[in-house]
Amino acid sequence: MKRRVVVTGVGLISPVGNDAATSWEALCAGKSGIAPISRYDASGQGVRIAAEVKGYEPDDYFETKEVRHLELFVQYALVAAREALRDSGFEITPENAARVGSIVGCGMGGLPTIEKYIQILHERGERRITPFFIPMVIPNMGAGQISIFYGTKGPNLSVTTACAAGTHAVGEAFRSISYGDCDLALTGGSESVICPMGFGGFHAMKALSTRNDDPAVASRPFDRDRDGFVIGEGGGILLLEELEHAKRRGAKIYAEMAGYGLSGDAHHIAAPPEDGAGAILCMQAALADAGLQPTDIDYVNAHGTSTPLNDVVETRALKAVFGEHAARLAVSSTKSMTGHLLGGAGGVEAVVTALSVKHQFAPPTANLENPDPECDLDYVPGKGRAMPIRVAMSNSFGFGGTNAVIIMKRYEEGA
Amino acid sequence: MAVEQKLIDIIAEQLSVDKAKVVPGASFIDDLGADSLDLVELIMAMEEAFDIEIADEVAEKIVTVQDAIDHIKKISE
Repeated sequence: MKRRVVVTGVGLISPVGNDAATSWEALCAGKSGIAPISRYDASGQGVRIAAEVKGYEPDDYFETKEVRHLELFVQYALVAAREALRDSGFEITPENAARVGSIVGCGMGGLPTIEKYIQILHERGERRITPFFIPMVIPNMGAGQISIFYGTKGPNLSVTTACAAGTHAVGEAFRSISYGDCDLALTGGSESVICPMGFGGFHAMKALSTRNDDPAVASRPFDRDRDGFVIGEGGGILLLEELEHAKRRGAKIYAEMAGYGLSGDAHHIAAPPEDGAGAILCMQAALADAGLQPTDIDYVNAHGTSTPLNDVVETRALKAVFGEHAARLAVSSTKSMTGHLLGGAGGVEAVVTALSVKHQFAPPTANLENPDPECDLDYVPGKGRAMPIRVAMSNSFGFGGTNAVIIMKRYEEGA
Repeated sequence: MAVEQKLIDIIAEQLSVDKAKVVPGASFIDDLGADSLDLVELIMAMEEAFDIEIADEVAEKIVTVQDAIDHIKKISE
């Protein structure tokens, strides 16, 4: 029999706040984390706006040598994991370490450092490449360093399914615990590609918003005037825990993990099929895994990237899966405020989904002023909403036609 | 003296250790907490700072702070 799994700790470092409480408050209030790029001089770029983490001082968390050798996406994973652990009150000891996993998604890895050292290689030769180059940039180092820093000896796994990575990671952690591979797992996602190659690469695909003069309203999912996504950075980590284990230690429970679905589009490297077939299969798989009906879902944290194609296709897919109930769903995209954290997005949005269930509150879709005629669901525009949320779904779809959906529900004893 | 002081600064900075611990007899690995990758990076930092090249065979023999001082003095002369 599958074991039940609950969320007992959350941690965030995001464009709207450097911890979970601050970020949640900002998201509920509809505050944007998007601004002109400040990390470097981006004045020559086509896209000059981003959802950067703000006021983050690595020295507050790490020793000088560690800061030099930890890529930002890894630092964000560690910072969020530390908060999730502290929040949970669970202590990792040599006795329980083998039962704790670290399962973290990342889409790209250390692109800023790759960019830097390719330049050094060409200008000064291979002898100037730091021996830390490879261990800094490989995308599994978020999961790896969480294990090293906090002593987890259970499954140490990274998922690199582009923009779906964080959600896949949480789903895999849910399964690992459910099937008995471990009893707890730090899981989620992190990303940081705030560098010229990151912007140049996505901009070449015409994927990014070019609303450079009005950054706070640049990410406007489901709006008629949306023109692409905004690159975000940060990390979101949850502590998932087997229910009986959590009960024995009297842990506070945010939500119960209910289902996980995966699917592939078999279509195109970047674009979803017009009918949303892959997304439909994925939501249906998650519902089946949860043993729930479409009518059980109250809130959907949408993938909602603010690209012209995603938002209309995701809407079509929601209508296909939910039928008449689609009109009763509250659907929102918190990417309207956090930007798109790519492989980190699913981690952040899993935390947001858990908090939505806990607080019975749906954060809004900011900047949704004139809905696209083809986007005609209730996207909680502009202002967050207190509402009953028994069950919530979080969607993530990634390049390569990879889809992940998780479902969380209110924890009820004996249910 | 200049070489010693400059070197101590580099070692303390690279390995994130207190300068007072960077004494001539200190071993990078046993006393200053370096691992094999830290050592490679430390040698690179020395090459940069003194504008020299340290061959891999030589680098392998630099185990203590004194070894580094001796080597850099020798090739700077």
